[in-house]
Amino acid sequence: MLIRELERLENFLEPWRDFERLNRELFGTFSPVRTEFPPVNVRKNEEKAVVTAELPGVDPESVDISVAERKLTLRFERKPEELKEGESFTRKERWHGEFSRTIELPFNIQAEKVEARFSRGILDIELPRAEAEKPRKITVKPE
Amino acid sequence: MAETIKDIKTSEGGHRKERRIYVPAVDVIETANNILVIADMPGVDEKSVDITVEKDLLTIYGMIDTPVSHDLGPAVAEYGIGDYRRAFSLSDEIDSEKIKASFKDGVLKLVLPKSDKVRTRKIQVISEA
Repeated sequence: MLIRELERLENFLEPWRDFERLNRELFGTFSPVRTEFPPVNVRKNEEKAVVTAELPGVDPESVDISVAERKLTLRFERKPEELKEGESFTRKERWHGEFSRTIELPFNIQAEKVEARFSRGILDIELPRAEAEKPRKITVKPE
Repeated sequence: MAETIKDIKTSEGGHRKERRIYVPAVDVIETANNILVIADMPGVDEKSVDITVEKDLLTIYGMIDTPVSHDLGPAVAEYGIGDYRRAFSLSDEIDSEKIKASFKDGVLKLVLPKSDKVRTRKIQVISEA
């Protein structure tokens, strides 16, 4: 081996990652479309929700985003590294394949105002809440 | 345990801030002349990637600087955000002076050239075949 990894111990400290990897190794080639991947973070306030997902190395052109009512669906693909003749993997941990995931949001969305950005391998989707659903403040007028 | 979460002093008033450190997933590919190391480091800016070689120890470190908008509260958190670090030991068959790195869309690619000694040996084998 020309290169050897140190500190394998670190991986034991992250059992979830290893579980994910094992899952991919076992089922990855048999199910091209899987759910619950990628993991997402959702932040929200009264006005909007922001969904982020880590999609390093994914071509933004291949990302398909659709919104209906309170459901957001992501579809994307990441191709594996292509090997030329005589090349071989000595380690292969990075995920690849076609993925689709639907996320239920806390409120209905104004689909036409959804904005998505992709930077540093992070997909960032801003989803404004449907106007009709926004809480309204009713001020009490003094007599 | 101390390896995964590190305390790093921030510049502002000596306030201690905890930084999470994750192990990035990597692919390692051996080609005729090089070893390629590809690591997923989403959220890292190319200027915040540190690659160091000390003797035979190659360390990759990606620092996260994600602005958090305070007008939004968390609703779902399925992945953690933190720096990335991973270390590899190199054999003397790698020419560590000539390691090249590129970074795009959260993916770090390192090209580690095999030393001339190893290459020459390979070329001879090919010419005899």
